[in-house]
Formats: sequence, structure tokens, C-alpha cells
Amino acid sequence: MNSGLVMFEEEFRLIAGICDRLTRDANAKVVFLVDKNGQLIASSGAAQNLDTTSLASLTAGNVAAMGGLAKLIGEKEFPNQFHEGERESLHMSIVAGRVVLVVIFDAKSSLGLVRLRVKKAGEELGRVFDGLAKKQATPGAQSPFAEITDDDIDNLFSE
Amino acid sequence: MSFINYSSREINCKIVYYGPGLCGKTTNLQYVYAKTNPEAKGKMISLATETERTLFFDFLPLSLGEIRGFKTRFHLYTVPGQVFYDASRKLILKGVDGVVFVGDSQLERMEANLESVENLRTNLAEQGYDLDRIPYVVQYNKRDLPSAVSVAELQQALNPRNVPSYPAIAPTGVGVFDTLKAVAKQVLTQLKKGG
Repeated sequence: MNSGLVMFEEEFRLIAGICDRLTRDANAKVVFLVDKNGQLIASSGAAQNLDTTSLASLTAGNVAAMGGLAKLIGEKEFPNQFHEGERESLHMSIVAGRVVLVVIFDAKSSLGLVRLRVKKAGEELGRVFDGLAKKQATPGAQSPFAEITDDDIDNLFSE
Repeated sequence: MSFINYSSREINCKIVYYGPGLCGKTTNLQYVYAKTNPEAKGKMISLATETERTLFFDFLPLSLGEIRGFKTRFHLYTVPGQVFYDASRKLILKGVDGVVFVGDSQLERMEANLESVENLRTNLAEQGYDLDRIPYVVQYNKRDLPSAVSVAELQQALNPRNVPSYPAIAPTGVGVFDTLKAVAKQVLTQLKKGG
């Protein structure tokens, strides 16, 4: 029916490495990567004090709403967005058509630097996600849930 | 669309509560939020108007426990029910794994219910989903109100396919968890099939 995103250990390490590097290179406070459906994939930097689940969901909502607006004016989407706050700002960009790279930064960085570093990181992430898509499409790649039983599911709901 | 993360041993699924304006979608989520242990839930977000009508969506992340070493996490969303928010409803259905249709049992809301089910079918189809194949349950809410029509009548009008359905009074929790469990179970069963 649908092909959900599957993240493997190897690709996760690559992605986490790219996000860590972007945090350093862009002088960012936090970097996180979100699936367009609102699932958090990875985060880096000072994310421990943030409600990353909510951030991920709202990011996806925002990107979806802006995508809807883009279509209304005849654009495919708005691949990059920038929101400027009094102290902290937020840059979002769509990577590989299906994930959103979000950078939160303050006066220690600048929009120009963030954009420059995001471009490079976005290309690297794009390659990882292309690889993931191929891996998922490989025959024999099975959902770990293929082996669960009805009892496993029932047990989850027994009080 | 589910997200299976081998690295964090997590599986994430998206459930959307759909239905006409003021049918009780947000109330369902509020009840679930109020009755769930703090460690099993995240913050509930409501993007609402000043009069507390849903403007874009409500969001509630929930953990349901582990299956074979994988944490199962469900992201519950509501759509704005009012007719003119259709563009927003379409967006929220993106990547959905299971749908709950919350029907309003009151006679005077019957037309709104029917319109909303049709709208759900159309909007799902636009995202490439078929309402007859996606994990789907129906809830008949507001059973306590004087003008509530019989469950049999609601069933006939809103649930011809006879998917699991539950009478409910969302503010007091009647039927709320039964509905959630039923849809979550269907979503996991679908994943098992390799959906």
C-alpha cells in the first residue's frame, strides 16, 4: 500500500555525521532532519532541551503548507525557507524531495554561512537517501514486522 | 507512511482523526492525552483559532510499547473539520497509516457526516490511498445527546463496508481508547503484511 521510510544503522551513522559536521561548519545551535511526514530522523547540537518531536511535526506541517502555497502560484515547491527571530533564526531546506534539513542558529552565525553549508550538506544527504531508496527497493528487503504474529500485536494492547 | 528506524529500534506510524466540524476529533485527542502516563506521551500541540476551533491540526505523539524489540510510536493528528479548510485537510493526510472517522451522532449533523466521509475518500484518493483498503475505523460520537440517531442508522449511512465501529462520548472517554486501539492494531497488521 505504501512504502514507508526505513532507516538502517549504516545510513543513520552517515546522516548523523553529516548533521554533526553541518552544526560545526555553520556555527549552528541545532541541526535536525525530519521526514516530510513529520518523523524526526536525526538531530545534532544543543537539541537536548528542545521538544524535537513537536519540532519535527510542526516543521512538516509548515513545509506542507508552504508547498500548498507554492502550487497555488504555479511553483513546484519552495525548497528553502528562512524565518528570522529576535535572537534565533531557522533555516529549512528540502533534501532529496522527501526530507527537510532544519538549522537553528543565532548571531554567532549568519544566513549566508548557513545557506552555503546547507547546500553542501544537502548534496551529501541526497546521496545517502538515494542509496537508502535503492536499498529499500532491493528484492528481499523485508520489513522487520513481517515476522510478527497476531499475538504480538494483541499483547501490545492487553492491559 | 510508517518510518522504521533500525538504528533507534523504533517504528513510527501516523493516524489521522477525520470528521465534520465540531464532531469531537480534538476532544478524542485531549482525552487520550489526559489519560496517558507521562512517560508514554509527548506534548500535545493544537494549532487552533482564538475560539479554539482547529485551524491546521492537533498533534499528539504516543508510545504504545515494544514489539520484538522495536518501540512502537504513534503520531495522532486531527484535521480541521470546517468545510473551508479543505486544503489543510489534504496536507495532513499525507503519509497517513490509518484513519479514524469521527461521526457526530446528532440527526442535524447527518448531512455534514456524509459530506465529510465523501471528502475523506476524495482527499485520500488524491494522495494515492483508497479508503476501502487503508486501516480505517469509525466512531459514533456524542451518543449522550438527545437528538442522537440510532447506531444502526449511522452504521448504514456512514459505514457500509462495516469496518470496526465504536459508539463514543469523547469528553468522558467512552469509546475513545477502543477506537484508538482498533486503528493502531489495524496499522500494525498492515505493517506485518509488508504495507
